[in-house]
Parts: sequence; structure tokens; C-alpha cells
Amino acid sequence: MANKTIMLGNEAIARGAYEAGVKLSSAYPGTPSTEISEYLAKYDEVYTEWAPNEKVAAEVAIGASISGVRSLACMKHVGLNVAADPLYTFSYTGVNGGSLFVVADDPGLASSQNEQDTRMIARAAHVPVLEPSDSQEAKDFVKYGYELSEKYDTPVILRTTTKLAHSQSAVELCDRVEVEDKTYERQVQKYVMMPASAIGRHLVVEDRENRMALDSASFPVNKLEINDRKIGFITCGIAYQYVKEACPNASVLKFGLVNPISKKLVEEFVNQVETVYVFEELEPVIEEQVRAWGFEVKGKECFTRQGEYSANLLRRVIYGKDEAVFEKQEAPNRPPILCPGCPHRSVFSVLNKLKIHASGDIGCYTLGAVAPLGVIDTTICMGASISALHGMEKARGKEYVKNWVAVIGDSTFLHTGINSLINMVYNKASGTVMILDNRTTGMTGHQDHAATGKTLKGEETNAIDLAELCHAVGVKNVIEVNAFDVEKLTAVVKESVNSDELTVIITKSPCVLLKGQKFPNKCVADPEKCKKCGMCLKIGCPAITKQADGTIKIDETMCNGCGLCKNYCKFNAIETVVR
Amino acid sequence: MTKNIMIVGVGGQGTLLTSRIIGKTALEMGLDVKISEVHGMAQRGGSVVTFVRFGEKVSEPVVEEGQADVIIAFERLEAMRYSHFLKKDGVLVVNDCRIDPMTVVIGAKQYPENIIEELSKKHTVYAIDGQKIALELGNSKVLNSVVLGFSAKHIGFDKETWLSVVESTVPQKTIEINKKAFTEGYDTIK
Repeated sequence: MANKTIMLGNEAIARGAYEAGVKLSSAYPGTPSTEISEYLAKYDEVYTEWAPNEKVAAEVAIGASISGVRSLACMKHVGLNVAADPLYTFSYTGVNGGSLFVVADDPGLASSQNEQDTRMIARAAHVPVLEPSDSQEAKDFVKYGYELSEKYDTPVILRTTTKLAHSQSAVELCDRVEVEDKTYERQVQKYVMMPASAIGRHLVVEDRENRMALDSASFPVNKLEINDRKIGFITCGIAYQYVKEACPNASVLKFGLVNPISKKLVEEFVNQVETVYVFEELEPVIEEQVRAWGFEVKGKECFTRQGEYSANLLRRVIYGKDEAVFEKQEAPNRPPILCPGCPHRSVFSVLNKLKIHASGDIGCYTLGAVAPLGVIDTTICMGASISALHGMEKARGKEYVKNWVAVIGDSTFLHTGINSLINMVYNKASGTVMILDNRTTGMTGHQDHAATGKTLKGEETNAIDLAELCHAVGVKNVIEVNAFDVEKLTAVVKESVNSDELTVIITKSPCVLLKGQKFPNKCVADPEKCKKCGMCLKIGCPAITKQADGTIKIDETMCNGCGLCKNYCKFNAIETVVR
Repeated sequence: MTKNIMIVGVGGQGTLLTSRIIGKTALEMGLDVKISEVHGMAQRGGSVVTFVRFGEKVSEPVVEEGQADVIIAFERLEAMRYSHFLKKDGVLVVNDCRIDPMTVVIGAKQYPENIIEELSKKHTVYAIDGQKIALELGNSKVLNSVVLGFSAKHIGFDKETWLSVVESTVPQKTIEINKKAFTEGYDTIK
């Protein structure tokens, strides 16, 4: 019992990598995968890093694998899109040291722009996928993943979902087993993917997948539990837990290896159970395969492709009712908001006042799309703000983008925004790009990046100067301004959007949640001077509320004293005072 | 029997730490525990909910509608939002505070009146002004420990076990004040 503890799914994955003798890990932060790297960074035996994006992270892991060590790359589901290019061909080359990609899906969109299912990409890339259903399995499957990777000469994906990544359950710890580095041999046919060698490797990939599908009938990660023969579920991942909760007596075929799946196990299961449901979150990946083999099962006609599953969802389908006793109350929504003192709020309040549209990006600042600031008009994916703005200009002309800017965070700019900026320079664009530099990767919980001067392990390193970087790719007008200098920011934005020259405005103010900062001031409203005009409410600061008599009140525990509200009060009713 | 606890509140109120202390206490008692947390976007001032389940063997990590033995709400509106998760005889513990969501701040929605009174008609409700007690103790950040102490008798386990887990979980410098805060909350319930 001494070695048993409770761990977050992501912590258990990190522990698994540590125990498996992994020597290198590279990742870009992304909810719900971020904490894996943070936990792994605590082990001295493993080299861990933040890469600027998932493609780089994947390639770093590939290089490490070819050199002969066990390697890891971690990302969220949309990160795999960025890393898809290396993944598809890594599937052809196979590995030298075992290699695992942890990819975290987000059914229910806790913090994402779509609900894609990683298993679909894995199937297309012919890469095997393991999917655990609790923290213990998360750790065990990581270790098993490296065995499979080396035995079958393939990269392996460990797919998680938000519930698994961010749930804690019991885990038994083991010691790290150091794995001897594999010898490296030059093998052009295996590692140089030009047509002549890739033709041969494609055959290897197909053969490998077929062998795995056959062998996996006896893989310990797949479990066949025959109980009640009337009803059974083919399931995987966290959905398995809902089955155990709602239908504890049902028969279950639980796939740990969810791609490729074992036909033999399906056959055995379907032949012993009267009614079989396939219960899997998101896409009908297992269901389609099972149906393609000609087995009769129920699936997505009963269960949705959207969101997270639950035991109650299952109860409603199987028993016709769930366990709810009380009616849901109608309560006003509470969507996420920018924090009090957030520098993004200042930037958006300026854009709002100037009636400027923003081509947005991925980060906390996506919240600039909602009321009352409401300035962001588009958000697609990492880096798209800049390229989409460029597309608008080239499609509709310079005048069209004179009331538009692109807004992108510092971390996102380095992720894939820089390529888009190079494109603007190269193709003679005139638009305005705003880099909201808050010195961190904010939304995912404050990770360092190439412009912060700190590595994932906390060591000092070079900090890219964003202004110099923009100059270097050929942007002539680069203006740095304090995000809270509303007057200057207003003037700079006005001038930039009206100019025919490409401009980058870098607003510099650290994220208010970054550690080590002091907030000596707070803002106080004077009810005598307040004219109840509500202007200060238009900046959408959660610390400011309207009282019953119409005057406003600033919550002193929430206020960080940024003073933005003061700029919007024409009656000098708000003061900044020392706490 | 599995015991199902929900902790609801507004992102930034420290619901995560509270759920971890509860989970750790149950673990200390040798029980199987699962905790489900919220990370990422919702943590930014949004409505957040975490789940703690413990018992002999726990399957799913979340508490669903109709299953909560205890809901600990750090804010009134959030108590209302999740009250339908309660079991028939479930207990609702509310920190009596109001944080206006942006929909209310901008005037698009009204903050409901008499939430606690209305909820008391259907459920067993215990309310406490945790903020006031925390400020009296000299640190608004120990609100979680006050509310946790106030909820502890409904969750189970003895006071000493709770205090020892609080001690091993909160930052070193704040151990004494957090234990005091827990005790304040705990002793409020007779």
C-alpha cells in the first residue's frame, strides 16, 4: 500500500513515461494535455521541453527515437493536426527507440475549438491507439505502448479525453527501468522517405497493422467480461466506467487497443451476447469497423456523437429513465471571462471604442468575442488570425481591412503566427497585426515559451525579442506599447489601420495571474460622484457591479488596481488608491 | 456505498483545492477515491464544478444528476445551477455570497432573488457567510477552509483526520490560519 497514491490522469501518464525509461519528451501546451509535461519535468532522468508547436515536438520525439532512445510527444487533439505531417510518415519509417504520442481529445469542448476524434487520424495514418479508462491504466498503457512500439516497429498513440486527463484515481507506483539505448544503424530504406523507399515501407505498414489486429486478441489491454448474456457493450476509455456504473451486470468487451481492433474478440463477444451496443464517445470508429465485418450492433442511433457521455445517458437509453430527482433550475449563464486586471481587456476596450473588427486566435483573448467587449469576429485555429486578415485584404482590397486588425498572443504567435506574418511581408500586405504579449502561455495555465527566457525545467535561456523578430522578417513598422496606456494605444491603432504599410503593434503587459507580481493598488468608486451612466460596466470587468441604487461598486478582493475603469469614467468617480 | 460530493463555484474560488483535500481525506481512510477536476478555459471566472466520489470501489469519476449526497457551493447562483444534482435527501451547503456573472453585469439577465430561501423549500440547505469569517481571521483566502469545515460533518470522517489533511495540503506558511478557519467552520454546525 505504501506505493499507492492518487494521481491525475496526466500525472499518471508522466509517471508511466518515467517508469518506462523514457529519456526525452517534447510538447506544446494544450488543454487537456498540458500537465503531462509539467509533471514529467520534475523527473531529472527525463529531458523535457516546450516546443514552439506540436509539429516541432513530434519531430523532436522522432529524432530521439531514430537515435535509439524511448521518446514522447504530448499534444491536444487539434495539436495532432499540426503534427499530422510528421506522424503520417513516422508511421512508414517506424521507430528505433520506442515512441509514443499522447493525444488528448476534448469531447464536450471544455477548452477547444472543435470535437475531433483522434482515432480517425490514427486510422488514416495506420498508427495503433491505446485508450485507458482510469489513472492506473493510463500509467500501465504508457508502459505497454513502448513495448508495442518496439515490438511492432511503429509509433503508438495514447489517446486520452478530458475526463481521464483531469480525473484523479488510485495508482500503484513502480520503479523506473532504465532501457538501454538501441544501436543506431544507417538504413536509407527505412528512414529516408523518398518514393523508392516509401513504396516498400507502405507494404510494411499494411502488414504491421494486419499482424497487430490478429495478435491483439491476446493483448492484456483488451478485456472480455461475459456476465448477463442478454445485454452487452463494446466500449473503450472513460465510457467503460459509465457502463460499469449504469449496467454493472452487463457483459463488456473493453478495447484497450482501439485501433486496430480485434475481429476475433468481437466475434466471440457478439456470439455470446444477445443485444450488443457500441458505446464510444465522439465518432463511431469501433462501430463502423464492427458493422463492416457484418456484425449486428446498436450504436450511434442510440448515442450521440456530441459531448461527453455519462451513466445517466446510458440509463435513459437502456432503462428509459435516469436517476435525476429534481428539475434543473433556470440560472443565468456564467461563461468564462477575462480576469480583473487582464491586459487583454484594455486592448479590446480600445478596439471596441474604435469600432474595429478583430481577426482572432486561440488563447484567453478569444474571450474578446463575447459581450460587452465583442470585438473578435473570427477564431479558427492557432495562427489563423494573421493569415485570415491577409486573405481578407487580398480578396477585398486595402480599404476593406482599415477597420480590421489581427490579434494573437505571444505564445500563439511563435507557434504558427510567425509563418503568417512572413506571408504578409512577402506578399506586400498593409494590415495591422497586434501581438498581445503577456509573457506567457496563459489559457493553459502559464507555461513558458521561446520568448519568456525560461525553459520547461525552469532554466534561464535566450528570450526571443518579438519586435526584433518582426523586424527581421521585414516588418518596417513595429510599435511596442503598454497595454494599459489607453491613450497611446488608441492613437497607435488609429494610425496603423489607416496606413498603407504593414504594422505590428506589440502590447506589452504581463498576465495578471503570473506569479511574483505585486498589486499595490486598488480602484475605489465614489457613490457621491457616480452618475450611474454605466460606462465603466462596458469594459466587462468582473470586479465591477451595479448596485440596487444604480451606482457601481468595485469588489476590493477581486480588483487588481489596473485602473482601466478610471479611463472610462467621465465624472472622476473612480480613484486608484494604495491598498 | 459510494459517497458523492460536488464542489461548485466560480473559477478562481479555489474549488479545486477543496476537492483535493476531501479526496485525500477519504484516501487516508483507506477508501477508493476518484476526483474529477476542471482545467483550462472555464477556470477563467466561469462556472466550475468538481466531483469527489469515494467508497469501496468507484467506477466513474463524476457525480451525475440525482446522485449528489452533498453539494458544497461557494456561491449562491452556482448552488442554484447545480441543485438538481442532489439526491432526494442530499444536503446543500452554501457559502452565502453573490458574484454577478457577466450576463448580469451587462444587464442581459437578472440575478435571482432569495435563492437560499427558494432552495430550502426543496432541499436541506446549510448556509454560511464564509467570507466574513475568513476576513475576521485576517485572510480572505482561507474561505475554502471555512466552507470545508462547515461541510465536513455532512461528508463524514473525524475532525482530527480532516485537520491533518489540511495541514499536509495547504502551503506551509498558511497551515495555522487554515486549521483555524476549518475549525471555525466546523464548530458553526452543532
